[in-house]
Amino acid sequence: MNSNENQVLTELQHDMVHLDGNLIEYITVYVGDQLFGIPVTVVQDVFEVQSLTTVPMSAPEVRGVLNLRGRIVTAIDMRIRLGLPTMEEDASRMAVGIEEGGEAFGLMVDSVGEVLSLSAQDVERSPANLDPRWQQVSSGVHRLENDLMVVLDVSKSLDMQNASAAA
Amino acid sequence: MDDLLREFLTETFESLDVVDVELVKFEQDPNNEAILSNIFRLVHTIKGTCGFLGLPRLEALAHAAETLMGKYRDGAEVTGDGVTIILHTLDRIKEILGELEATEAEPSGDDSDLIEQLEAFSIAAEGGDAPAAETAAAPAEADAPIEVAPLERELKPGEVSLDDLERAFQEAAGPEDEAAGDHAADAVAEEATPQEAAAAEPAPKKEAKPKAKPAAKAVAKNEDAPARESSVANQSIRVNVDTLENLMTMVSELVLSRNQLLEMVRRLDDSEFKVPLQRLSNVTAELQEAVMKTRMQPIGNAWQKLPRIIRDLSNELGKKIDLNMEGAETELDRQVLDLIKDPLTHMVRNSADHGLEMPDARLAAGKSETGSVTLRAFHEGGHIIIQIEDDGHGLNTDRIREKVIENGIATAAELEEKTEAQIHKYIFAAGFSTAAAVTNVSGRGVGMDVVRTNIELIGGHVDLVSVAGKGTTFTIKIPLTLAIVSSLIVESGAQRFAIPQLAVVELVRAKADSEARIEKINDTPVLRLRSKLLPLVYLDELLLLNKNRKPDEDGNVPLSTQERSESFVIVSQVGSAQFGIVVDTVFDTEEIVVKPSASMLRDINLFSGNTILGDGSVIMIIDPNGIAQCVSREVAAQLEDGPELDTHLMGDEKTSLLIFRAGGGEPKAVPLSLVTRLEEVAIDEIEMSDHKPVVQYRGKLMPLQKVSPEQEMVTEGRQPILVFTDDGRSMGLVVDEIVDVIEAQLDMDITSESPGMLGSAIVREKATEIIDVGHFLTLAFEDWFARADGDRADVPTSNRLLLVDDSPFFRNMLAPLLNAAGYRVTTAADPHDAFQLRDAGAKFDIIVSDIEMPGMDGFDFAEAVKSDSAWGSTPIVAMSSRTSREDIERGHQVGFSDYVAKTDRDGLIDVLRDTLQSEGTAA
Repeated sequence: MNSNENQVLTELQHDMVHLDGNLIEYITVYVGDQLFGIPVTVVQDVFEVQSLTTVPMSAPEVRGVLNLRGRIVTAIDMRIRLGLPTMEEDASRMAVGIEEGGEAFGLMVDSVGEVLSLSAQDVERSPANLDPRWQQVSSGVHRLENDLMVVLDVSKSLDMQNASAAA
Repeated sequence: MDDLLREFLTETFESLDVVDVELVKFEQDPNNEAILSNIFRLVHTIKGTCGFLGLPRLEALAHAAETLMGKYRDGAEVTGDGVTIILHTLDRIKEILGELEATEAEPSGDDSDLIEQLEAFSIAAEGGDAPAAETAAAPAEADAPIEVAPLERELKPGEVSLDDLERAFQEAAGPEDEAAGDHAADAVAEEATPQEAAAAEPAPKKEAKPKAKPAAKAVAKNEDAPARESSVANQSIRVNVDTLENLMTMVSELVLSRNQLLEMVRRLDDSEFKVPLQRLSNVTAELQEAVMKTRMQPIGNAWQKLPRIIRDLSNELGKKIDLNMEGAETELDRQVLDLIKDPLTHMVRNSADHGLEMPDARLAAGKSETGSVTLRAFHEGGHIIIQIEDDGHGLNTDRIREKVIENGIATAAELEEKTEAQIHKYIFAAGFSTAAAVTNVSGRGVGMDVVRTNIELIGGHVDLVSVAGKGTTFTIKIPLTLAIVSSLIVESGAQRFAIPQLAVVELVRAKADSEARIEKINDTPVLRLRSKLLPLVYLDELLLLNKNRKPDEDGNVPLSTQERSESFVIVSQVGSAQFGIVVDTVFDTEEIVVKPSASMLRDINLFSGNTILGDGSVIMIIDPNGIAQCVSREVAAQLEDGPELDTHLMGDEKTSLLIFRAGGGEPKAVPLSLVTRLEEVAIDEIEMSDHKPVVQYRGKLMPLQKVSPEQEMVTEGRQPILVFTDDGRSMGLVVDEIVDVIEAQLDMDITSESPGMLGSAIVREKATEIIDVGHFLTLAFEDWFARADGDRADVPTSNRLLLVDDSPFFRNMLAPLLNAAGYRVTTAADPHDAFQLRDAGAKFDIIVSDIEMPGMDGFDFAEAVKSDSAWGSTPIVAMSSRTSREDIERGHQVGFSDYVAKTDRDGLIDVLRDTLQSEGTAA
């Protein structure tokens, strides 16, 4: 991991202590040109995707499986999940590690940003004209000063069956 | 939860399970003191503990049950209803315990229904009056020797003489009685009841004396029992299941780390790490083995509940059922045991409900009244095999067919093509059920497919064999352990995969110019493996790995497996079908820890999981079952069948035909089984010898024959030929091109005029000439057969003919010939297969048999045929290359109607016709 990610993790640990009832902490990531926020409470870790083993005959979102400290993690490409073209192979990707149903997953993103503390009241509903794929995985939008941050619903992101239905 | 409470629950559940089993045993053997006191003691303990812990409901129930048990112990008559009520009480206790476990408090409720009944039984038992008419009594021989002690009346069922009682006490365990014997006593029950009331007076006196004795003996036994038990108890301790699971996981991780270290150290030429690491490796392997053993449990644990279930089913259905369990001590992994408990129970219930007939139906069918369900378990090659066999009426194929069509699982047309065995497999289809009414026990149509899925989930396989009238046997095969599996690491399409060692039958290296090479029949890859053609599948094609091939640094695109000149074939077997998986490279065998695939990957049936190798990379584990399903439909159809006999069903015979072109005109065909090889010879390899083209083939000169004179051999490149080999001699038949290989019924119209053709048949809607291989063989080697001349007799009947010969070449040679002569031919490779046909009810008009056969020869075969009524009157003709006078005489002696030389094919036709005419069996 490079220093940026190290920084993110230390901030995580730091901020966890100072959680305010109204504030929710998000790890921000970029997928394509869009900023997303993932609640830190569901994030296990952030890592660089290395030695990915592709799984033949799997859904297109599943880029493969990898070994993270002895555990087999399924890597999901968020670009494909959201209907965006994937990045070139050579670029190494970052992934956000999450756990769901006792299994480990890594959501592959373009880059990982900083941790933001945002007020729960500032979440707005996702616009109705959003692409169905995006609708499924977002649980709201935060208005930031210079940007819009989509709140990512991690469980829904892993729900592949609905993904193919919407496509 | 309170430790005390937890202990209580664990122990009590266990005790209740034991009491369950013991009660069923006791019912069948009411004189067994040991079983009785065991039960009594257990119930007594439960009562005591419940009282101590302040659980009034449980205490009351246990007390009432204990009272009734006490009456039995004191010698009262044991009735079926009495046992039933005690069993119901146990069930109620289990229910309450369940709630206690969940809520940590005894649920409130009213058990007066059961308690009242229990008390009623107890009172009745005291008075010597059975509340119900039925008796599950002691052996009918109870009217045996009346004792020296003055007994005014005959012994009644339920009572035994003093001596018998004495004897019973001396023995540690009582004699086991035949279940059948019990029911003989039923008839006497009615009579006994009124008489017993009269005898109530004298009876208690008699009971008083034996009572003292049993009491004394029982006490002695009880004292012995705990002493014995504690010595057994000392050899084992209780361990929490979670602790074991943890241990197992950690050992698995240890194995992985060890593998990684070994991998790293392997690359170092010399290192001080090598020796200590070797020791570490050995110790880890032993630790792994030992921990695996802790997970092993005897399968008897899964069978514990079954005697009770069978007993209840017997009563419910009114059938008499015997449950036999063999191999209960066979061990298997605890996890696997948990997973098969329910499927096993379901299948046993099915056997009892659907398989076994009612007692009168059984008697009518000439079977014993009591049906039997047998459970068998044993180890076989890394798997545990469990069989559930019943001697009922077997599966009703017609009913299954009806149901399949009714439920829309398949059409009548599809069913037409299936064998009986294949139709039986439909009971595993989802949504299927033949029970006329959905009974309480089974018939909801959800059962067998769930069973099969559950078993396949753990890598197992379930199959069935059913014989109408005789019974059905289910066979379940499961891998012994799920955790660590020995696997072969292979590479295909630049990716590595693991294939479980157990699925690998053989490994063949296929090179373009070697004997083992991959050949194509109409684009279908096959490998000639000894005597079989093995269907192949390219792994990289199957997994779609060739789509995104990227050029490497030099700009070369990596070759697909097909394009390579060398590849490896992994011969695998699933069910009864063999097939080969073609890969680029084979590495080595590794012990891998199977990790289940992520849920979103689980429905890719080609993989059964994934694992981490020693170098840290993750690879997928191939599931041979999944691969087999992707191989051609042909193999899939083979998978459905059980082991097949090397015989063909009469009238439905389908032959594999090789279709080819030679010299324009219609396509021609030859039975594929006659063809040894498909070859292509380079033009410059063909030499002329005596004006005939020959080619050097395997160290000998092989003559080449054209199919028809107008045919032209190619002038450059390679000439395709069909090679026929027998007995060391080969002949090459020159063809223009190979068209296809198909399966068709060989329904030949009678002969054409040209020699070399047996006749025409409609194959794939085209008139196709079936060539007479014998003709060409004779052209090549004059002494192969006697020259064929004369016309073939037109036997205008369709007599059924059985041909028994161990040489596939001769069978396949003669069958079309005899077919053309108008016979309906069935072949058998040896007398054993012929007898199987006979036992299955097949009948023939005439039998032709070889003499020299391994195992049973033709003479013995004829003797056996003649001595059995089924085929005793069927004429049998011998065909052999042994034609001395002694042989012919012996032939006549054992019952051959005639004796023909093997080389005399026309003679055979004449003999057959003559024999049939003289036997008067013209149809």
